[in-house]
Amino acid sequence: MRKKLVSLENIKFKYEGQKNFALNDVSFDIYEGEWLAIVGHNGSGKSTLAKLLNGLQFAQTGTITVNDKVLTEETVWDVRRQIGMVFQNPDNQFVGTTVQDDVAFGLENVGVPQEVMVERVQNALSKVKMSKFLNQEPHHLSGGQKQRIAIAGVVALQPNIIILDEATSMLDPRGREEVLETVRELMQEKALTVISITHDLEEAAKADRIIVMNKGQLYREGTPRDIFKMEKELIELGLDIPFSIKLSKALQKNGVAIDYGHLTEEELVKDLCELHSKM
Amino acid sequence: MLDKMIFGRYVPANSVMHRMDPRAKLLLVFFFVCIVFLANNLVTYSLLGLVTLGIILLSKIKIRFLISGLKPVLLLIIFTFLVHILFTKEGKVLYQLGWLEIYEGGLRQGVFISLRFTFLILVTSLLTLTTTPISITDGMEELLNPLKKWKVPVHELALMMSIALRFIPTLMEETDKIMKAQIARGVDFSSGPIKNRIKAIVPLLVPLFVSAFKRAEELATAMEARGYQGGEGRTKYRQLHWGMIDSLCMVGLVILTGVLVLLRS
Repeated sequence: MRKKLVSLENIKFKYEGQKNFALNDVSFDIYEGEWLAIVGHNGSGKSTLAKLLNGLQFAQTGTITVNDKVLTEETVWDVRRQIGMVFQNPDNQFVGTTVQDDVAFGLENVGVPQEVMVERVQNALSKVKMSKFLNQEPHHLSGGQKQRIAIAGVVALQPNIIILDEATSMLDPRGREEVLETVRELMQEKALTVISITHDLEEAAKADRIIVMNKGQLYREGTPRDIFKMEKELIELGLDIPFSIKLSKALQKNGVAIDYGHLTEEELVKDLCELHSKM
Repeated sequence: MLDKMIFGRYVPANSVMHRMDPRAKLLLVFFFVCIVFLANNLVTYSLLGLVTLGIILLSKIKIRFLISGLKPVLLLIIFTFLVHILFTKEGKVLYQLGWLEIYEGGLRQGVFISLRFTFLILVTSLLTLTTTPISITDGMEELLNPLKKWKVPVHELALMMSIALRFIPTLMEETDKIMKAQIARGVDFSSGPIKNRIKAIVPLLVPLFVSAFKRAEELATAMEARGYQGGEGRTKYRQLHWGMIDSLCMVGLVILTGVLVLLRS
């Protein structure tokens, strides 16, 4: 059994002046080294969840424990050092005037000595393959590059957990792939835990585990294979299922002897090739 | 017009001036602006002229570029010159045409004041031409640091400046986008009477403000998530280096001041 890194217990949260709970009695655990995707329709509470995990908001009732530490106003700065966050809009999280200044921003905040900073900034930038852009200004970078800089800024702080709060939703397909590939490599190398809050079901399909949120409650949790089995229910929740699953289903319906439930395009292509060679 | 303005623009190059500590440059320019007012005769003005020329050469900025940058203020210089030449009535009459009399004192005063003006503009634009805005901000923060004792929020002001600088291109881009979007909806920004054109700016400014506030809010959240808690206990990534050349220039300035005091009449 893997170690529990984060656990949420009976979280209830309501935004000021609103009648309904944004999160209503949510409990789940996050394990060390996993890639957890949190999906849900707009207003399902998934982004609120990210804000609570990082102490940007505090729940009215319930407790969040990160690495055996209960998240409170006192421990919030310690917890933030362990959890790095990448937000949706690439422009609105770029604080520095140049790439290196931006990566250093988080390090400056925690008071890392200057010599150590220089080293860590360079290290982090080489991890996201942006070393050549040290003195570049943000408006000369693409969205995907800016998000990679944001990831470098997080990595430089050496956290245990990275939260991607719809970090790829404003990017083009290439930028999206760049960013996800970078996170995947980092996860392998540094044994990071990734929490990805996303609309993109193709991305969720590659996660270790998916949590489906609906109306502020945890609707279902399971492996991608389990989750995408409940097609109709997902569509009723305003979600979709990955294209590869749709296609394999359609093929099956039309009498092609193929298994059902391919999570990624690659899997489907592989199976179709095998099928073709048998014919 | 705007691309002619050199004041506030940075020209990258590798010169002594570019490499100097921004703190030294700020101090030097500040004191230079003060001592320009010490000059009051031919010798002292020539000396200041030579010093200004020396600084220009050190900066490796093309003189032609600097002069073309002076054009927008030329009108102002000519105007001050004329005012002095026409209204200062001192010394001998040099020239007379009907009611128009030009006095020796007026001519001298006109030339001196215009020169003073030119020196000031040249030296201050050289500061911004050879220093990136962010270095100027860093220099200012360091120089104003002692004011923290009197609760002046120096760090916050510097951070505000640097964020403002960082967002200038972003907001320019955004303005352009909104402008195009409004043109596509039939707003006319470039023709019609002035009154209409001013009115046309409203549908540009409103969305720009709304988005700027949204950006500010998201940026604040991102900064907090990255551990920003104010200036307390914060280290600095960009370091300033006060070198030999900076000290030498300061000494040079003190000597110049002394010489000016001796030579002025």
